[in-house]
Amino acid sequence: MKLRRCSRKPAFPWFGMDIGGTLVKLVYFEPKDITEEEELEEVENLKSIRRYLTSNTAYGKTGVRDVHLELHNLTICGRTGNLHFIRFPTAAMHRFIQMGRDKHFSSLHTTLCATGGGAYKFENDFRTMADLELLKLDELDCLIQGLLYIDSVGFNDHPECYYFENPSDTQNCIKEPCCLDNLFPMLLVNIGSGVSILAVYTKDNYKRVTGTSLGGGTFLGLCCLLTGCETFEEALEMASKGDSTNVDKLVKDIYGGDYQRFGLQGSAVASSFGHMMSKEKRDSISKEDLARATLVTITNNIGSIARMCAVNEKIERVVFVGNFLRINTVSTKLLAYAMDFWSKGQLRALFLEHEGYFGAVGAFLDLLKSADDA
Amino acid sequence: MALCGGADRGSHSMDKSITLPPDEIFRNLENAKRFAIDIGGSLTKLAYYSTVQHQVAKVRSFDHSAKVSLQETDGDPLYEISVQEEITARLHFIKFENAYIETCLDFIKDHLVNTETKVIKATGGGAHKFKDLIEKKLKLKVDKEDEMTCLIKGCNFVLKNIPHEAFVYAKHADSEFRFQNTHPDIFPYMLINIGSGVSIVKVEAEDKFERIGGSSIGGGTFWGLGALLTKTKRFDELLQLASKGQHTNVDMLVKDIYGGAYGSLGLTGDLIASSFGKSATTDKEFSKEDMAKSLLHMISNDIGQLACLYAKLHNLTRVYFGGFFIRGHPVTMHTITYSINFFTKGEVQALFLRHEGYLGAIGAFLKGAEEDNPNQYSWEENYAGSSGLMSVSPELNPVQRARSGTFDMLEMDRLERQLVNLPLLQDATSYIPDTVDLTEDALAREYWLYCFEEALDGVVKRAIASQKDQPEAVERAEKFRQKYRHKLQTLRHQPFAYGSLTVRSLLDTREHCLNEFNFPDPYSKIKQKENDMALKYYLKVVKSVEELSWEQRQFTLAKGLLAGNVFDWGAKAVSDVLESDPEFGFEQAKQQLQERPWLVDAYNQWIERLKGPPHKCALFFVDNSGIDIILGVFPFIRELLIRGTEVVLASNSGPALNDVTNSELQILTERIAAMDPVIHAALREDRLALVQNGSSSPCLDLSRLDKVLATVIRERGTDLVIIEGMGRAIHTNYYAMLSCESLKLAVIKNSWLAERLGGKIFSVVFKYEVPSKAQEQH
Repeated sequence: MKLRRCSRKPAFPWFGMDIGGTLVKLVYFEPKDITEEEELEEVENLKSIRRYLTSNTAYGKTGVRDVHLELHNLTICGRTGNLHFIRFPTAAMHRFIQMGRDKHFSSLHTTLCATGGGAYKFENDFRTMADLELLKLDELDCLIQGLLYIDSVGFNDHPECYYFENPSDTQNCIKEPCCLDNLFPMLLVNIGSGVSILAVYTKDNYKRVTGTSLGGGTFLGLCCLLTGCETFEEALEMASKGDSTNVDKLVKDIYGGDYQRFGLQGSAVASSFGHMMSKEKRDSISKEDLARATLVTITNNIGSIARMCAVNEKIERVVFVGNFLRINTVSTKLLAYAMDFWSKGQLRALFLEHEGYFGAVGAFLDLLKSADDA
Repeated sequence: MALCGGADRGSHSMDKSITLPPDEIFRNLENAKRFAIDIGGSLTKLAYYSTVQHQVAKVRSFDHSAKVSLQETDGDPLYEISVQEEITARLHFIKFENAYIETCLDFIKDHLVNTETKVIKATGGGAHKFKDLIEKKLKLKVDKEDEMTCLIKGCNFVLKNIPHEAFVYAKHADSEFRFQNTHPDIFPYMLINIGSGVSIVKVEAEDKFERIGGSSIGGGTFWGLGALLTKTKRFDELLQLASKGQHTNVDMLVKDIYGGAYGSLGLTGDLIASSFGKSATTDKEFSKEDMAKSLLHMISNDIGQLACLYAKLHNLTRVYFGGFFIRGHPVTMHTITYSINFFTKGEVQALFLRHEGYLGAIGAFLKGAEEDNPNQYSWEENYAGSSGLMSVSPELNPVQRARSGTFDMLEMDRLERQLVNLPLLQDATSYIPDTVDLTEDALAREYWLYCFEEALDGVVKRAIASQKDQPEAVERAEKFRQKYRHKLQTLRHQPFAYGSLTVRSLLDTREHCLNEFNFPDPYSKIKQKENDMALKYYLKVVKSVEELSWEQRQFTLAKGLLAGNVFDWGAKAVSDVLESDPEFGFEQAKQQLQERPWLVDAYNQWIERLKGPPHKCALFFVDNSGIDIILGVFPFIRELLIRGTEVVLASNSGPALNDVTNSELQILTERIAAMDPVIHAALREDRLALVQNGSSSPCLDLSRLDKVLATVIRERGTDLVIIEGMGRAIHTNYYAMLSCESLKLAVIKNSWLAERLGGKIFSVVFKYEVPSKAQEQH
C-alpha cells in the first residue's frame, strides 16, 4: 500500500486510538528525525509525552507497551520514526482522560483520532474533562485500513502475516510467516470482547457478514466466574495447563468410539461442558481444566461460525485478528486446525502479528489523511 | 387400582407407586405386539402397536326375500343396521419418567399375552443402561437402533400424519402457539436437535437425510456450565432461574461499549456485544438468575445463528427444533425463536413440534414394524386417547407442569385408506380447512365450548337411545360424557392441546370419544327412519319440479337443496325442532329459508353459468341423511345429469352425526334408481358415481381425502365442486380456493354464527366462485 503524500503535515504528537469494550489500544509515532531546530521549538509538554511513552514499557498499574511489536524506521508523511503499540483497560479510561488534562494535551493543537465504541461513549468526557475534541472514526473502516497498511510495510523486514503448517498434526504444526500477493477477498474475523466477521473484497469494499457475542469477553468473563482469576494472562496461563476433555463430553463418551453413521470422530467434542451435568465430575474438576474448556469452547465456536461464513460467502482466506489471540497459541492453533479439518483443506486460517492494534493504526492513518484533506 | 406390582415380587429400588388406573395408560396391552422404547436422560417413551376391537355400524340392503324383519319400524324398513366388531390398528405411545421404568416393565410383563413378540426396538442414550433390565423383565431381545435415524423417521411420520403438528411460538401473542398447516410435501426440511450437543440434519426424503453440521454448545453446555455457575443441579431449575434473571447485568451490550447504538451497522444498543462481558471487567457478585439468563441467551443465540448459517447454505426454509433443550420449555422456545428472527431478519421461522418428545420412540417403532408397512397407510391422532400438549408456561399453569412427572399419551389410529389432497385445490400448500381458528379467537372459542358443553346432555341421551337393547349403554354413555366434558375443560385452559382449536376439532373429538365407548353411530336409526320417510316423497318432488319453467326449476332446485340442508341434527336449533316435531316438513323448511337476496348470494351468476355449456363433471360433497340427500341433493344432481354433466357424490366413509355415509348412500341410490329412470340410467352408464371421501367427520379437510376419490376426480376431468352444509362449507372450506368452479351452499342454523356473518338464523349462503384465468392455468 502506498501512503499518500502529505502536503501538510499534522502537528505532533501523532496518535491513533481504538477504545474497545475491554481494552484501549493506542499507537504512537515517535519521530526519530527531529532536527535541532525542531528540538528547540518543541514545547515542553510534547517532549515530556514523548519521553514518558518511549522510556517506559508500563504505565500505571495496567498500561502496557508491547515493545516486541514496535515498528522501526517507518517513514510516514515524510517523517521517519518508530511506531509504538500501547494498551490499557477501558476501565482506566477516565484516568487516561485526567492525564490528558494534567498534561495540557489540549494546548498541543493536535487532532485526537479515535475509533471503537468508546470514541462515542467517552466523547463527552474528553470534551468536558480535558477540553479535547475527538475525531470519531468507524471501527471497521479503521480496522481494514490499519491492517492493510501494516501488512504493506511489514514487521521490521519480516512478514506481518503467518499461518500454521500441518495444522491437523499437533506434533508437526509449526508457525510459518508468509507474504500474500493478494489478500482479497478475505474473511476478516475480529475477535475482541465480541466478534465481528467481515467479508473484504477490496480496500474500500467490505461488508459485515455477522458477529457473535461469544468472544474474548466471554472467555475471560466465564473464566473469572469459574476460576476466580482476574486477568486474561492468568486465564490463559491456567488454560495452558488444563485438559478440556475432563469437562467436555466427547463423541466417544457417548458412542464408545466414532459415530460412524455421521463420520464423527470419537475425539470430537459432542457437548461442551457436558460432563459438568454430573455432580461427581463437577466436584472433581480443576480450575485449569475449566479454563481450558472455556477457551476451547469459545475458540471452536468462533471457528465454526467463521467457517460457515467463509463457505456462504465463497471466500477461502480467513484472517483472524483481535486481542483475544494475543499470547494465545492454543486458540490460533485450534482455529488453524478447525479451518483445515472441517473444510477438508479448502480453507486457510491466517494470522497477523499485530493482532489487536489495526483499529488504532487505522485511526492514526486517518490523522495523517485528515491533515492532507485540510 | 394401582399400577404397582412391586410388592409381590419383592421391592425394587426404582419402584414408584403409581395410582393411575392402568387401563388408562397402557391401553389395549392384551393385544399389543411390537414394542419400541426410547430412553432419554430423564424420560422414557414406550411405543407399541395394538389391534383395537370396536363396534361399527354396518348397513346392508334389506334382504326382502328372507322376509325376516329384524326391525321394529312400521312398514318395510329400508335397510338393515347391524353392529359389527371391527378390528383396527392403533399405535400407542406413552411417556413417563425414567424412575417408573421398572414398575412399568413389570406391569407390561404381567399383561402381555402376545407371545409372538420377540424383540423390542430401543433407542436413546439410556437404552444401553437399561438393556439388561428390559431383557430380564420382558424376556424380549433388545435391538438397538440408531438415534438419529429414529428421530428423523418419527419426525417424518408426525409431519405427514398430524395436520397441526408444527407450530410457531410467540410468547407475547394472544395464543402462544401458532400451528402451521402441514404441507403435503414435507421435504426438504432441517431438523435441529438440541440434546447435550446440537445436531443439524437435512432431510430430503423418507430415507434420505444427512447430518450437515452441529455444535458442541447445546443443552449439556447450558446444564453443565449453568450448574457450575449457579450451583443449581437440575435442568428445569436452571430454566426457572433463567426466566427470572436479567442478562443485561452480566452481558456487555452494544450500548455499554458505544454509549448507544452502533447506528451505521444497524446494531441496536440493547444487542449483546459480548456474552458474560461484564463479568470480565466488573469486580462484583452476579446473581444466579442473571447468570442463568445470560447463559440461556448465549446458547440460544449461538444455536440460532448456526441454524441460520446452515439453512442459508443449504437453502432450506423449514427449520424444526427438538431435543431436551426445547421439549416444550417456553423459555427456550422463546429465545430460539428470537434468535432465528434476528439472524434471518424474519425470513425463516423457528418451528416446534407438538410430539417432539415422541419422535425417537415413533421412529424406533417404525423401524421394527417395517414389514407391516406403516408408512403405506394414513394415520390419525385419536383425540380421545391422547393427552394433548400440556401448558408449558409454568407461571400460567403450575399444576399442569407437574403433570409431565406422570404419564403422557399419544394414540394414532390407522385409517383404512390413504389420504391425499383434493387435486383441485388452487394452492395445496396454503390451504387451511378451518374458517375460524378458535385458538386465536377467544370470543368464538368461549361460544363454541359453551355450545358443545350444552349439547352434551342431548348427545348422551341420543347415544343411550341408539342402544336401547344394551342395558350397560347407560354406564358407557356416562363415561363418554365424563371423557368429553374433561376434554372440553382441558381445551378451555389449553386450546392448543391438539393443534389449532376449531369447530371441526371439537366435533371430531366428540366422534372419537363416542367411538371410544362403543357408540359407533348413535344416529343410525334416526337416519334410517328419515331416509325411509324422505324416499316416499322423492317422486312427488321430482314431478313438481319437472312441471316448472327452466328458470323456475333451477331456482326451486337450488332452494330445495338449501331447504334440505335445514334438516341437520348437528345444529341445535334444528335438532330441538326435530326432536319435538318429527313432521317438520320439507315445505315448512323452504318457508323458514331467508328470502333473496341471501346473506351470500351469487345465484344470478350461477344461473347465468347454467345457461352456458354443461359442466363435464360435478363433484358433490354431500351432508345429511334423509330429506337433505333425498329431496334436496338428488333432484339437484338429477338436473345436472340431464344437462349432460357427470356427477360424483362424495360421502363420509364412516358415520358422523346424521351425515349420510357411503354405505347408506349406496342403498338409497339403488332405491331411487328403482323409482327414477334418470338416476337408473346414470348409474348404469357410470355417469353417476358414489365414492367415499375417507373421512368420518361432519367437517371436511380437502387435504385429507381418500386416494381413490382423488383418482376419480382427476380421471373424470371434474370442473365443478359443490360443497354443502355448515360443517363442510362454513366451518371448513368457506375460504378454500379451488382451481375450478365451485358452489358452497349452506343454511346457517346457528344464530350466533349467523350474527357473526352479519345475518340471522336460517340465513342462506350461496357462494359461487370461478377462478380467474391465470389461476386456472396454475
